[in-house]
Amino acid sequence: MSTLADASNRETSLYNFAYLDEQTKRMIRRAILKAIAIPGYQVPFGSREMPVPYGWGTGGIQVTAAVIGPDDVFKCIDQGADDTTNAVSIRRFFARVADVRTTEATDEATIIQSRHRIPERPLENGQIMVFQVPQPEPLRGLEPRETETRAMHAYEEYGLQYVSLYENVSAYGRIAATAGYPVMIDERYLMSPSPIPKFDNPKMDMSPALLLFGAGREKRIYAVPPYTRVRSLDFEDYPFETQTWEDACALCGAKDSYLDEVVLDDDDHRMFVCSDSSHCATRRDAGFTGPMSGHELARGEDGDTA
Amino acid sequence: MAYVAVKGGERAISHAHLWLEEERRGPGDVAELSLAQIREQLSLAVDRVMVEGSCCDADLAALAIKQASGDLVEAIFLLRAYRTTLPRFGFSEPLETARMAIRRRISAAFKDIPGGQVLGPTYDYTHRLIDFKLAAEGGAPEPAVVAAEPIADRLPTISDVFSKEDLLQVDERSDGAEAPFDLTRDPMSFPAGRDQRLQALARGDEGFLLSLAYASQRGWGSTHPLCGEIRMGEASVEFTPPELGFPIELAEITLTECTMISEFGGSMERPPQYAKGYGLTFGRNERKAMSMAIVDRALASGAEASETPHAVQDEEFVLYHSDNVEASGFVQHLKLPHYVDFQASLQFVRRLRKEWTARREAELAAAREAAE
Repeated sequence: MSTLADASNRETSLYNFAYLDEQTKRMIRRAILKAIAIPGYQVPFGSREMPVPYGWGTGGIQVTAAVIGPDDVFKCIDQGADDTTNAVSIRRFFARVADVRTTEATDEATIIQSRHRIPERPLENGQIMVFQVPQPEPLRGLEPRETETRAMHAYEEYGLQYVSLYENVSAYGRIAATAGYPVMIDERYLMSPSPIPKFDNPKMDMSPALLLFGAGREKRIYAVPPYTRVRSLDFEDYPFETQTWEDACALCGAKDSYLDEVVLDDDDHRMFVCSDSSHCATRRDAGFTGPMSGHELARGEDGDTA
Repeated sequence: MAYVAVKGGERAISHAHLWLEEERRGPGDVAELSLAQIREQLSLAVDRVMVEGSCCDADLAALAIKQASGDLVEAIFLLRAYRTTLPRFGFSEPLETARMAIRRRISAAFKDIPGGQVLGPTYDYTHRLIDFKLAAEGGAPEPAVVAAEPIADRLPTISDVFSKEDLLQVDERSDGAEAPFDLTRDPMSFPAGRDQRLQALARGDEGFLLSLAYASQRGWGSTHPLCGEIRMGEASVEFTPPELGFPIELAEITLTECTMISEFGGSMERPPQYAKGYGLTFGRNERKAMSMAIVDRALASGAEASETPHAVQDEEFVLYHSDNVEASGFVQHLKLPHYVDFQASLQFVRRLRKEWTARREAELAAAREAAE
């Protein structure tokens, strides 16, 4: 048992920079380069078992680990917020194994790892957005077999997808997808934007930032290079539209951001606040106010203003 | 309040982990489990964690079980996450399980086979009566009787028995073949080779394979399996370092191997014979080895089948869903906040409801008018 006892005395610094060994990083970088070269194409890669569970961001973590360097500034969000538990956990992981500077400010970050959102502040040239992807295959809900869907992509055979959208229109009078809304990349590959709300889809079109998508459990990486056309599927008579709210953010008054609905009591009282916590805080700092400014939600967990 | 609880924070996470650690240890007046106790007295749990964790290290598996409070799927995950950080320096020579030092070997196909039936340490034929004596803790069990003669060095396998008649499908030798597929380095791809299939099954969840095998037996993709042979014992692992050029023995490991046989009616190219399903696990894990062998054979039959196969014969279905580390992570990721997607969905359903209500009211109004 001496070997295990010895190991317990070692420090975590025995792990390589950003946790993964260099061979694994190279393998992932090759997959990323291929993904950038073929926008929207899902590149299979030798996804490793990570110290967090599958489905909890293993793909995003591996992509980040492969591209992060000591000079990077890392931001991690979940549901748009920097302080959701899993975002905290992943940010802490990289602070520990890569010793990089972390931030909540979108404009300061060089790498932004995200689950389910794209920040409200427009992304910039040089930034890398890393998405955690539960299911990389946009057609999976329509065709469970990987052998089939790979062939469908190869032949650019997306009729099934359009039929499904048409069925929505005939059943509901509109296209029903609300998050994970399918997009066409550079008019060639159908791609799942990961379960971001369709509200965020337009942010991907001609984005100056590099968008990388990592699916650890499904072992796929795909990418949208900067300044690539990203088209949300629609019909001429049923054009793509994004979510809108009647309310403004209760804390900062924003009318054009994605809002979370917060249940205030069991008497049907609700408030709507920005899902992007950094965006909301920045606006509040700049003096913007909403109908419930000063509410305790505007304060961080230690009582300071976040 | 609820919102803060969902958002949580660094402090909440740290405190939760401290509480978990307290729960793991339990009351301090109960003696702490040692790894040796887990390794030696919960050895079947250790064996399962080693095989599904793809790492043959009883000490590490015991530590993982201790850390996971006996949650074996969690322990398997811990071992996998550690294993993936280890450097890989090559492949062993193929194991010669025919030369295994036998502790148990049985065949259900023949009353007796050369070398004899060796029952070994097994739960079979025990009466499943709770043994209250064990609750009293203590006392060494009565020693097992040692056989007068040792078991032969090399017990013939079920394949040897059939070799003269060519009645049993012969395994192809892979000498000089390219390196085997490595599921821990390369993603699943289809159609899967047998190496990929057997690796996935060996790592696969015991419960999942057991249920699939059971479903197959009940007719959902049956191959009418017969247990040709089960053997359990110690086999040596040999490795040829490139700088030496000859194999050296690295370790002796305990294995359970199972060969299921099932009738193959013959085809234009092949005469009627018996086909094989194969199962192999670290340690003593007969339930898993048997299930694996049945599923292996069922998957082979699925590839030959002309009609739509049953779930157990469908390799995408079986191989994609047999891994409990993947399955457990993805099922449980539903615990993570999904309120952004839910808000999107909520908006949609509210809109549908509004339209539905308006339509309904209009219909009712029209019906009332018509009635008047």
